[in-house]
Amino acid sequence: MTGTTAGSRVVLPRYLREDPSLRTPVGFPDYRSTALRAPLRTPVDLPHRLTETTGPVLGEDRVLPHDADLTWRNGGEAVGQRILVHGRVLDSDGRPVPGALVEVWQANAAGRYRHVVDNWPAPLDPHFDGLGRVVTDGLGRYEFLTVKPGAYPWGNHHNAWRPAHIHFSLFGRAFTQRLVTQMYFPDDPLFGQDPIYNAIPVAARHRAVSRFSLERTQDNWALAFRWDIVLRGREQTPFETDDDGDVA
Amino acid sequence: MTVDPLDVPPDPPTPFQPRSGQRGTGFLTEPFRLGTTPSATVGPYLAIGLTWPDGVWAAAEGAEGGIWIRGRVLDGAGEVVPDAMVETWQADPDGGFPSREDPRGAAHHPGFRGYARSQTTTGEYAVFTLKPGRVPDGDGGLQAPHVDVSVFARGLLDRVVTRVYFADEAEANAGDPVLAALPEDRRGTLLAVPADDGYRLDIHLQGERETVFFDL
Ligand SMILES: [Fe+3]
Repeated sequence: MTGTTAGSRVVLPRYLREDPSLRTPVGFPDYRSTALRAPLRTPVDLPHRLTETTGPVLGEDRVLPHDADLTWRNGGEAVGQRILVHGRVLDSDGRPVPGALVEVWQANAAGRYRHVVDNWPAPLDPHFDGLGRVVTDGLGRYEFLTVKPGAYPWGNHHNAWRPAHIHFSLFGRAFTQRLVTQMYFPDDPLFGQDPIYNAIPVAARHRAVSRFSLERTQDNWALAFRWDIVLRGREQTPFETDDDGDVA
Repeated sequence: MTVDPLDVPPDPPTPFQPRSGQRGTGFLTEPFRLGTTPSATVGPYLAIGLTWPDGVWAAAEGAEGGIWIRGRVLDGAGEVVPDAMVETWQADPDGGFPSREDPRGAAHHPGFRGYARSQTTTGEYAVFTLKPGRVPDGDGGLQAPHVDVSVFARGLLDRVVTRVYFADEAEANAGDPVLAALPEDRRGTLLAVPADDGYRLDIHLQGERETVFFDL
C-alpha cells in the first residue's frame, strides 16, 4: 500500500520537450484528414507529475518468438524482398531503453494491409499478416525480419501514394515518452508528394528515415536497414538544480 | 554564451554521464542530446498492430470496485470517429503506480495494471478499471483522482493528451492544481459523469466544446 498522504516533496524527473520547430504538428493542412480532427485550440502546459513520469510495464510476456519474423505465417513464406530491420531504442540523453515493447505493423509487398477498410485491389498474401512485436535487449537493441512493404494509394489528393513505411509504437518508461511513428526507407521517390512525411519539420525528417545497413545484410538471404529510435530524455531532478540550471 | 578556454572545470566526482544542464565537459556549450524521433499518425490500420485480447482491462475482469469508463470521440463536425484509439494510464485506488519509475516504489494492487487501450470501432471507447486514488502533486498537496489519456487516430499526426476527472469528486476537484489553472467554462470537458456501470466522458477533438488537451 502506497498511502495517499501529501507528505513531503516527491523527487521527479522531468522529461525534456523537443523544440516545437522540430516536432511534427498534430495538424497539417495538406493532410486533409487533419482538418476536422486536429484540435484547434492551443494545448495547455501540463507539468510532469507522478502520472506523467510513470508508465505501464508491457514486456516479454506478450511477445512470442515468431512475432519477430513477419515472413512466415500460416505455414508458408510471405512474398517480397526479405529485409532485416534493426536498431536501438535510446532516450535523448543517449541512454538505451532496455526491455521496451516495440509494436510494428505494415502493408505487404504489394502495398495492401490485411484490414477490412483497405480495399485497394492489390493482392493479399496468405502468408503475411503485417504484425510484429519485439522487446529490446539489455542494450536497447531490437530487430525483426519482414518483407519490404509496398507503396499504396490513399486518396488524399490526385495520384497520392504513401512512401513505403513501417508503423512503430513504443512506450518507453514514462507516459511522457509514448511514441507512435513511421519508419521510411532511404531515398524514396515518393517523399516529395507525401504530406505525412512532409508534415515533419525539414530539420527532423532524416530521423524518420532508416539507412541501408550493409553490415547486417545477410549473404544470399536478406537486405538490412538500420533505424535508431530516440525517445524523450530526462531533465535533471528538481532537487539537484537551482533555478538557472546549475548543479547546486 | 562565451567560453573561456582556460577555465577548465575540475574533474567530475562520478563517472561522466551526459545529462541536461550538467556542465563540465570543457568543450560542449550545450549538453549532449540526441534529437527525438518525430511522431507520425497511427493511420487507419492501427487494429493490425495494436489489438490485444486484454487491451481494455486496466483492472482484471470482475475486480471488486471495477468501473467502465466509456465515451465517444467526436470530430469537428460532431461526427463519431470510429477509427481512433484511446489509451489510459492512472494510479490505483491507493494512489500508487505499478511502475518502477514511481520514486515511492512500484505499487502492487491485485489485478490492476493501470493501463488500458481501446479502439472506437463500436462508436465508443470503453476501458475497465478501478477508480484512481489521490496522488501527490509533488509540492506537498494532493491531486484530484484523474486518468491520463492519449488519443491516436488517422488525421492526428501526433497523439493528443487529456485527462479524465470525476464529476462526483467536487471537493477534490476544487483543489486540483491542473483543473484550477483552466478557465472555468472549459473544466467541464474533463469531468466524467456517473453512469450505470461507471462513468462517461465524450472527447471532442474540435468544436465549441473542444476538450482541453495538454502539452507535455
Ligand atoms: Fe501505413
